[in-house]
Amino acid sequence: MIMLEIKNLRKSFGSTEVLKGIDFSLEKSQVLSIIGSSGSGKTTLLRCLNLLEKADEGTVSVNGEVIIDAKEEDNYTDNEIRDKRLKMGLVFQQFNLFPQYNVLDNITLAPITRVKKDKSLSKEEKAERIEAIKSEARDILASVGLSEKASSYPCEISGGQQQRVAIARALILKPEILCFDEPTSALDPELTVEVLKVIKELKTGERTMVIVTHEMEFAKNVSDKVIFMADGVIEEMGTPEEIFDNPKSEKLKAFIHKSQDNF
Amino acid sequence: MENFLNVLTELSGGFVTSVLLFFFTLLLSLPLGLIISFCTMSKFKPLSALSKIVVWVLRGTPLMLQVFAIFYLPGLLNLFVWPQMNTGWEWFDTTFSTRFIAALAAFAINYAAYFSEIFRGGIQSISQGQYEAGQVLGMTKSEIFFKIILLQVVKRIIPPMSNEIITLIKDTSLANTIVVCELIFEAKEFMLEGLIWPLFAAGAFYLIFVGVLTVLFNKAEKKLDYFKA
Ligand SMILES: Nc1ncnc2c1ncn2[C@@H]1O[C@H](COP(=O)(O)OP(=O)(O)OP(=O)(O)O)[C@@H](O)[C@H]1O
Ligand SMILES: [Mg+2]
Repeated sequence: MIMLEIKNLRKSFGSTEVLKGIDFSLEKSQVLSIIGSSGSGKTTLLRCLNLLEKADEGTVSVNGEVIIDAKEEDNYTDNEIRDKRLKMGLVFQQFNLFPQYNVLDNITLAPITRVKKDKSLSKEEKAERIEAIKSEARDILASVGLSEKASSYPCEISGGQQQRVAIARALILKPEILCFDEPTSALDPELTVEVLKVIKELKTGERTMVIVTHEMEFAKNVSDKVIFMADGVIEEMGTPEEIFDNPKSEKLKAFIHKSQDNF
Repeated sequence: MENFLNVLTELSGGFVTSVLLFFFTLLLSLPLGLIISFCTMSKFKPLSALSKIVVWVLRGTPLMLQVFAIFYLPGLLNLFVWPQMNTGWEWFDTTFSTRFIAALAAFAINYAAYFSEIFRGGIQSISQGQYEAGQVLGMTKSEIFFKIILLQVVKRIIPPMSNEIITLIKDTSLANTIVVCELIFEAKEFMLEGLIWPLFAAGAFYLIFVGVLTVLFNKAEKKLDYFKA
């Protein structure tokens, strides 16, 4: 079953075309890695999927339903945009935790805010839901190995722990597709490992994920499908074996060669 | 001795007026400043241009001039007259005189302009990532502002705000130019009778009040020390 389908997605900033017609699809429960050199448009692609940028052309469908149609995007109401965004989750390179909230509150802020303003719920129902959200947050926190940090503030935990909190914060909203934009690029190597481990564990939970990464080994291990982007187009797409062991295009060969250079 | 107590009583009365002017100015100028800061940051060009001009005028001309203008112009131009309180409660009616209301309006508008620039600086210093994190979690613009951004802004602007607010208590003395009977006005009355020391006593009132404010601001800073933003 196709979970994510992107057709002819285009995006320009001023006169520079950053996405020059992106087409691909992703099966449910599969993991897609997107690799490519700096400036090739990977972040812009994820931002378009999460409606942080308006696409100029093209469509994005989730679970068979068109959620973004570039022609219509100007007409979406704020409410519609929020509902569409909730189908996607996004984990940022810079974590972007909320500094004034402790770990647990970072995770529960958005869902609790939603419950509180739901007029169809009675006071008791709200209290019940909020308790449920908190206990679910604790479960998720445990699954990313951070139970004992529930009441710590972001400034009191390491970058790797912050990123795991950011993952938990995205998970509690149960997005159909979870996107990661270079989740480990801001981290030291030893902290990278713990975050990648958490992402790998998510794969067993039937989660559909799109991961932009520079970690080639990780991409090779965790992905069902790999896209190599260059200059705003999909230069090559295939299984990890096809991409990493039998690259066809010269650009991909050069990219893989370069990424294997260890100084 | 009787004279001494008499002076202190008069000065205290003036001080109460100064402090009332101070509090009501804050009460009005803080939200008004926030609104102006949103206007200057608006993507709607005419609105942001207009509010920038307003801020320029308010910060670019002397506050004393603005006090005069706001007190005298409405009457001179036959626009409206500043309301006169008429509750029958004498203290109330004389304290919140027409002149007091005019001075309050001038201070509130002037300080709103200064505050708006501090708010704008604070709001713009918050990283885009904080807004985007809220957006991808499905929060509305106002939820993002009030639940995520505002407290971080408050933490960052406490030092510049405390500066402005400390200036405000001393600026209330400008109201004496339109005969609002605040602290400096009362002290000046004694000076005209040949008594100089009440002026210094008035200075002590300001000093003590600023001392209290300083302690409060330090407390607020400490209170927000638990997170880094
Ligand atoms: N808001 C923007 N305004 C103008 N140009 C932009 C904007 N965002 C991105 N770009 C440009 O679009 C191009 C693609 O950027 P993007 O961030 O998508 O690349 P990337 O593949 O994520 O790179 P990296 O690996 O360095 O993160 C770059 O040339 C960048 O300068
Ligand atoms: Mg990027």
